[in-house]
Amino acid sequence: MRLRSGVFASSCLLVEVLGVALFLRGFFPVPVRSLPRREAGGELPAEPAPTGPGMVSNWTKIPPPLFKKVVIVLIDALRDDFVFGSKGEQFMPYTKQVIDRGPSYSFIAEVKPPTVTMPRIKALMTGSIPGFIDVIVNLNSPALLDDNLIWQAKTAGKRIIFYGDDTWVKLFPKHFVEYDGTTSFFVSDFTEVDDNVTRHLDRVLKREDWDLLILHYLGLDHIGHVTGPNSPLVGTKLREMDNILKKIHISLLSKEEASLPNLLVVCGDHGMSETGSHGGSSAGEVHTPLLFISSTFEKRSGPLTQPELVQQTDLASTLAVGLGLPISRNSVGNLILPVVGGRTMREQLRFVHLNGFQLSRLLQENTPAYEKDPGYEHFKIAEKSHANWIKLYLEGNNSEILLNLGKKVLKQYLEALKTLSSSLSKQVAQYDMYSMMVGIVIVMEVLLLLLLSIPKALSSRAEFEVPLSPPLFSLLFYLVCLMLCAVHVIVCTSAESLCYFCSMSWFTAVGVMMLISALMCGILSAIAKVFDNSRLPVKNPVLSSSSWSEIDVLILAGTVGHVLSLGASSFVEEEHQTWYFLINTLCLVLGQELCRNNFLLKEYDPQHSTTVKQNFEEDSEYKNIDIPAVDDSKLGKATISAEFSRGSDKWISLASPWIILICCRLLRSLNQTGVQWAHQPDFGHWLTSSEHKSELSFLAAVSLLMIFFLVQRRCSLVSKIAMALGLLGVYSYRAAIGNVIFPWQHGSKDISKGITEARFVYVFVLGIVFSGTKDLLKSQVISSDSGMKSTGLWEVYSGLVLLAALLFRPHNLPVLVFCLLIQTMMTKYIWRPLKFDAAQITVMHYWFGQAFFYFQGNSNGIASVDVSAGFVGLESYVEIPAIFLTAFAAYAGPLLWAIHLLCYLSSEVSRNSAAVGHGCFCYALVRSLPVAVYIVLVTGLRYHLFIWSVFSPKLLYEGVHVFITATICLFFTAMDHNHSHKVQD
Amino acid sequence: MKEVEIRRLFAANLLCVFSVILTAVVPALLWDGFTVLGTHLVWLCICSVCVGTVNVILHLVLKPNRSPKRSSLAHKISRFLKCCIYFFMSCIVFHAIIVLYGAPLLGSVTETFLFSVLLSTFTTLQCLCMLGPNIQAWIRVFSKNGAMSIWESSLQITTVCSILGAWFGAFPIPLDWDRPWQVWPISCSFGATFGYVAGLIIAPLWIHWNRKQLTYKSR
Repeated sequence: MRLRSGVFASSCLLVEVLGVALFLRGFFPVPVRSLPRREAGGELPAEPAPTGPGMVSNWTKIPPPLFKKVVIVLIDALRDDFVFGSKGEQFMPYTKQVIDRGPSYSFIAEVKPPTVTMPRIKALMTGSIPGFIDVIVNLNSPALLDDNLIWQAKTAGKRIIFYGDDTWVKLFPKHFVEYDGTTSFFVSDFTEVDDNVTRHLDRVLKREDWDLLILHYLGLDHIGHVTGPNSPLVGTKLREMDNILKKIHISLLSKEEASLPNLLVVCGDHGMSETGSHGGSSAGEVHTPLLFISSTFEKRSGPLTQPELVQQTDLASTLAVGLGLPISRNSVGNLILPVVGGRTMREQLRFVHLNGFQLSRLLQENTPAYEKDPGYEHFKIAEKSHANWIKLYLEGNNSEILLNLGKKVLKQYLEALKTLSSSLSKQVAQYDMYSMMVGIVIVMEVLLLLLLSIPKALSSRAEFEVPLSPPLFSLLFYLVCLMLCAVHVIVCTSAESLCYFCSMSWFTAVGVMMLISALMCGILSAIAKVFDNSRLPVKNPVLSSSSWSEIDVLILAGTVGHVLSLGASSFVEEEHQTWYFLINTLCLVLGQELCRNNFLLKEYDPQHSTTVKQNFEEDSEYKNIDIPAVDDSKLGKATISAEFSRGSDKWISLASPWIILICCRLLRSLNQTGVQWAHQPDFGHWLTSSEHKSELSFLAAVSLLMIFFLVQRRCSLVSKIAMALGLLGVYSYRAAIGNVIFPWQHGSKDISKGITEARFVYVFVLGIVFSGTKDLLKSQVISSDSGMKSTGLWEVYSGLVLLAALLFRPHNLPVLVFCLLIQTMMTKYIWRPLKFDAAQITVMHYWFGQAFFYFQGNSNGIASVDVSAGFVGLESYVEIPAIFLTAFAAYAGPLLWAIHLLCYLSSEVSRNSAAVGHGCFCYALVRSLPVAVYIVLVTGLRYHLFIWSVFSPKLLYEGVHVFITATICLFFTAMDHNHSHKVQD
Repeated sequence: MKEVEIRRLFAANLLCVFSVILTAVVPALLWDGFTVLGTHLVWLCICSVCVGTVNVILHLVLKPNRSPKRSSLAHKISRFLKCCIYFFMSCIVFHAIIVLYGAPLLGSVTETFLFSVLLSTFTTLQCLCMLGPNIQAWIRVFSKNGAMSIWESSLQITTVCSILGAWFGAFPIPLDWDRPWQVWPISCSFGATFGYVAGLIIAPLWIHWNRKQLTYKSR
């Protein structure tokens, strides 16, 4: 069977997508922790029995509740400095006063990444640490089946009322006696989400028929997403929250009875980064305030200096004790002791004993060698001393000594609790190694196959002879297949932990095994061929290193260097620096190449023209192995360069790398990304702050105008008009949602969702893409007219540019302008004159695409994904378009460069008929190299400290990128169709 | 003839290497509180000045490019002034390139500029000594097979090594190790210096190794 390189590359990528998906499924396990909750209520420990005879403690039941009513106010994205810092002082005066002088305890709760709402709610209510996979299923949260506080409270007959984010309603269906869920998906809604919660408050606070009230306010998070933590809107929102807290607190105080006090808990689910988003693990994102306010607490005398640091998971255990409920089985949290500090020593000891017992039982279920765990040992010792203390207590000894002794026991318990929960937290990650290994094997085999077929795929015909049924390797194939199936059976029957690959149906598993062995046989036959070829007398000259140009060396070194850099967490965090560095160097080398091309030819032309030509001939023979008409290109190169060195074009051409460098430098300071320098001021923040709205409007308008001028050159008239109207629509959409202003509009206009405007633009996007596709189809089916084809491609491209212009935030529009500008300059002054081959062009496009991914403000953390792009023009959250739009907005840079590559290569077809196929192959290769290596690296580093905060998000990005690349390559292959027709003719 | 020439080159390069080493050692003995890391900017100045002087002196003593025609004093002075201007311009160009690579535009200007002076000393100054203010000659030397004597080959190698060293020196900056040498521009200037020293040592050895293959066209 004959295959073209494009088809070959796309099919390889499809297989690779499968492998990566399997790996991801194994790497992000669905957390399986403990027994189902139905058995949870079972045995509860009594107080440790005193050793002496005849004495039995009478405390065997759960201690009674400490608080009558509990109100939990959860403010989404409440960062610690919003309450404890200067903002708190300014905007939350009541809360600040309660913290400083009222009966309250305040803490800073530390949150584990991923700092996204749903896993955080789970952590707050179950006390466990949800796995990273929760981020992915965050959007459609199913009911929480683990043992949790809400379920315990409901079983104990408590009446729970909930208002706020409807994630809770999905997580705890039928648990609330009354609820009103607000959806969090419309990010630009700041007031309505919170008013929907507050409107119930007056009524509920008057009533007596509830025990637990939970309020989840989303407004602050939305403000953070859209405007960042320093916007004035944050202050207004905090003041609103302060008033709500005041209302609740006063109402709770007024209803208090002497016997049982009420409790008000204020917390945040996660913080907010300096850019206003969340998901990662920067200090701002993981530190949230946690306040307990109740009249039983001691009044604080002086202002609070520095709140104590606790874990977010500690809240579940503390609330369970406060409400008189059993602590959730999976909780890894510790009781926050000051909250129960007002109780007697015996009660306090009882609480920590319960907590310790629960933790040590969890440890027993999770580790076989639990007895050797230091936490467990500590706990056993503490339990013994506790028993002794009870004995003394029951003997009626009630002196100062007993109290001191009790304090000592308490200290022992706390030590044990801390050790236990830290050793439990370490076990969160349980990897499904078998699925991961299968994924790795598939991905590595694909990579090897691609690497081995480089010489064939980049030959002038760009075709393969793929042997499907040579007799030799059919036997090998069956043997390998059988062996793998045997391994599969052995692994799956012996594995005690849950394995995704084993739980698949047998047919699928056997299919995957056959795929693996087929790939392996393919690799073996490719290797055999390579050996055969090398044994034959060498026909084609071997590439010697001396014939490599600087560009080749740089491209190779850059690709390999980037791949190696992925092993270091800092380089993953700061990957944008790698790409910026590489494209800068690329531009400089291109500049040098241009310089040499211009000056040397000029100098040597009179005397040495023949020798120079000779040189070039030798060069191009080695370099351009893919150019079929070598003679033409040689002559063409010399003549074009000579002609090119005339005229003023020469100087523009010489300046172009420098202009590109300056563009890149400007873009670099537009969005600071990464981790270490992300907090530095950048133009993006300056533009988005509300004082600079007019500057932003001006910039957006100029950018849209520039986009029009850069794109329209190669469009048909209809598309030109559609483009112009579409870009106008983009501006009016941004004006409608309040990002930019029209010059004639002065007062603040009411902000709408801009649905109409956005849909207006969508119509034009679809129109342009449709007309482009029509041209493409025409050129494919009816006539193979390359002019029509390139117009069609360019129209598809410009439709995508319009879509990107709509989805990008207004301050990012310059990124799009510079993208188009650089592409135009590169094409006109660098790539065309210097006659690079398809492989070099492809790698350069890939590098620029990667750099633009980061220029847009993306990073390798989850937090930088611009979720608001998924809601442009949508009334409410609709899953599929939202995911598509978000992915498009995030990967716009690489995508636009890839499509531009296709445009460029198909315009080069006249020079090199296999250019598109080569481009597709190289694109697939440069993409699968980092993925394959990264997957292996992550497997090796799976117990690294930063695996969840640094490496896993990057892994997700890589996975999505492979998927997108596969789509692009399919598009390439479809476009390459023409070529095959021509070849057959 | 060639052997002697290579030996002279080697000696000259060794002198340069020693001058670099001495800049790190001698001031520390003379002046309390001097360390290469701590008072890096001072070291940058000292190193640039020393290497520059050594280069100029060596050039005057050895005269690797014997210019056939004698020139007048006025011509010499204009040549010297031209060299100064070229050197200054190269500092500015290096500064611009470093800023384009991502160094802050407004902050730490002194550091960036001193680093670009160091780079100019390692690269441009040598070119000026060897080739004079003649851009065409520079382009000739820095293109493939453009060197016409072992001195020019050595120039090629040391220049490329210094720049590559500075390029590699930027690698550790994003790492979160919080080491004193990761501060801008220490790692880069170290990289450039090590590259320069390595180039000085490699150049004569490489020329010696390849002396059979190296055939220089006469002018």
